[in-house]
Amino acid sequence: MSTTSHPTRSAQLPDLDGPDRPIYWAFADCWTIVRRGLTHLIRQPSNIAWQLGFPIVSVLLFGYVFGSAMAVPGGGDYREFLMPGLFGMTMAFGFMNTAYVVVLEGTKGVTDRFRSMPMASSAVVTGRGVSDIITAAVDLAVLALTALVVGWRSDGGALATFAAFGLFLLLRFALIWIGVLLGLMVPNEEAAGNLFAVAFPFAMISSAFVAPSLMPDWLGTLAAWNPVSSTVTAARELFGNPAAVGDSWIEQNAMLMAVVWPLIITAVFLPLAVRRFQRLSR
Amino acid sequence: MPTPQAAILAEGLQKRYGEKHALDGFDLTVPRGTVYGLLGPNGAGKTTAVRILATLLRLDGGRAQVAGFDVTREPRKVRRRIGLTGQHAAVDEILTGRQNLRMFGRLFHLGSRQAVRRADELLEQFDLTEAADKGVKAYSGGMRRRLDIAASMLLAPVVLFMDEPTTGLDPRGRNEVWNAVRSLVAEGTTVLLTTQYLDEADQLADRIAVIDSGRVIADDTPVALKSTVGGDRIEVVVQDVADLPTAHEAVRRVASAEPDSDDDARRVHAPVRDRVAALTDVARTLQDRGVDVEDLGLRRPTLDDVFLLLTGGRTGSSPAAEPSAESATTKEGTPA
Ligand SMILES: Nc1ncnc2c1ncn2[C@@H]1O[C@H](COP(=O)(O)OP(=O)(O)O)[C@@H](O)[C@H]1O
Ligand SMILES: [Mg+2]
Repeated sequence: MSTTSHPTRSAQLPDLDGPDRPIYWAFADCWTIVRRGLTHLIRQPSNIAWQLGFPIVSVLLFGYVFGSAMAVPGGGDYREFLMPGLFGMTMAFGFMNTAYVVVLEGTKGVTDRFRSMPMASSAVVTGRGVSDIITAAVDLAVLALTALVVGWRSDGGALATFAAFGLFLLLRFALIWIGVLLGLMVPNEEAAGNLFAVAFPFAMISSAFVAPSLMPDWLGTLAAWNPVSSTVTAARELFGNPAAVGDSWIEQNAMLMAVVWPLIITAVFLPLAVRRFQRLSR
Repeated sequence: MPTPQAAILAEGLQKRYGEKHALDGFDLTVPRGTVYGLLGPNGAGKTTAVRILATLLRLDGGRAQVAGFDVTREPRKVRRRIGLTGQHAAVDEILTGRQNLRMFGRLFHLGSRQAVRRADELLEQFDLTEAADKGVKAYSGGMRRRLDIAASMLLAPVVLFMDEPTTGLDPRGRNEVWNAVRSLVAEGTTVLLTTQYLDEADQLADRIAVIDSGRVIADDTPVALKSTVGGDRIEVVVQDVADLPTAHEAVRRVASAEPDSDDDARRVHAPVRDRVAALTDVARTLQDRGVDVEDLGLRRPTLDDVFLLLTGGRTGSSPAAEPSAESATTKEGTPA
């Protein structure tokens, strides 16, 4: 058997054991994965349409079909109240996309391929996170344009408006780690689809569609303490939309909690996700 | 830099999942530049062995070196010298073939120009240039697999691990992959390939390790392994059981051992040396005697046969019970 090298190889391939530079590669590899995520967006823009189908249908359904029957405590236009809720719902559902991609990459062996390569292993997770945030920002932009078309406006000024979108992305960022963790835990794509059973109540039992004060007491309390509610309520205040804020401490401090909740979620689930990732070698 | 002769060295590997011993004293030495087949039934521990050697899985006991580096102590050095194609084609479905190779090239820390050039080179080598700018979704199974192998070859690794590279492929895809593997071998890459098919190991491997219950139970060349099961067999199935003695007689004339008859299956089979002569001879005899033949063929020993023999686990069922009899037109295996 011949053991001569391929002529084109040795000339151009890098020194196998060059300096490690772990920090540099952690960022460079993360960026490579992010670029891959962006290429996905470009190669299949219809994906965004599908993903946004549900919120857009909800705009029409809740805004026009139920809209007249829905009351906002303290007054105000229901559609104005609804739009930030839909933004929040889209962010809340986002963790399913993260989980789904993580499951897919696991079952397809792409995760294993990455792990068998000399790349920075952190980039597998951080690259996913950054890609998802970029996708979420595109989602939000499309959704906001749709909302503008049906008459929603932000009266809060540019700074407050950006701050509100920042809070949505912060929530989405925190949920990435739950998505990664679940994606590493569920065995296959079908099981990932079942996560909808978790995502749906998570998004709905909140102030996204109905003010908690209109719900039965126990449900209202649950809804008020849902992190989605804090983000949505804070965004309504920043947008200058009707917010229907109740008297409870949690509702009164929505702005604070819209920052605190994501930090808590990240502090809990980021380490869990990383540990689960490292345990793949068990 | 250490330059040992062995590309892969595994000593007494242990891997447990709870009570289950996935690997139980697994030993293997693979010399550089060879293609080594790891052959075994489902659940034998093939994937576990490959995953440990490819640094994906921690071992519970024993010692493993790949390309001269310990997999536990220097995984990164090992990763720079190996390629892995797992049980599924691990490529990005949405990207094009070219985009895939460039992305993986960057993640192997090639410079951007290097990644571009290496991608082109590999597309050419694996005959994917034409499909290079199509999305992988549109690729056939064989094309995906070739792209997958190309992605494993970005750093021109010393060792390439392939876990059941042709499972789920149609015969054409299988041939494409076999040719791709042969082209790597010609360049001196060491390949460790797992398979459930003796035929495949036979086509590609210089040596075969048979693995069962997490342990290597035989380690030899394909020819030697097959000779332990007695080589080719001729097999006749008659339409009328009354003709069985006649068939038995016809087979015995050409057989290298006493034929086995099975009344229920109306079948006679026996080992033969000169396969084609035996087949023509038996066919002529049966025709002369007016025997109605339902099936007549030569069959190669299968993995099942090797297994039954090696594990001594003959469980009553005759080795011919598998409906995998090959037709007389089977081509000779030509290991690369
Ligand atoms: N993650 C796991 N958890 C529990 N058991 C496992 C796991 N992976 C493999 N096994 C068990 O280890 C044995 C060897 O599996 P594997 O290496 O996949 O076999 P093969 O690839 O030869 O089919 C099997 O009995 C399998 O059930
Ligand atoms: Mg396997």
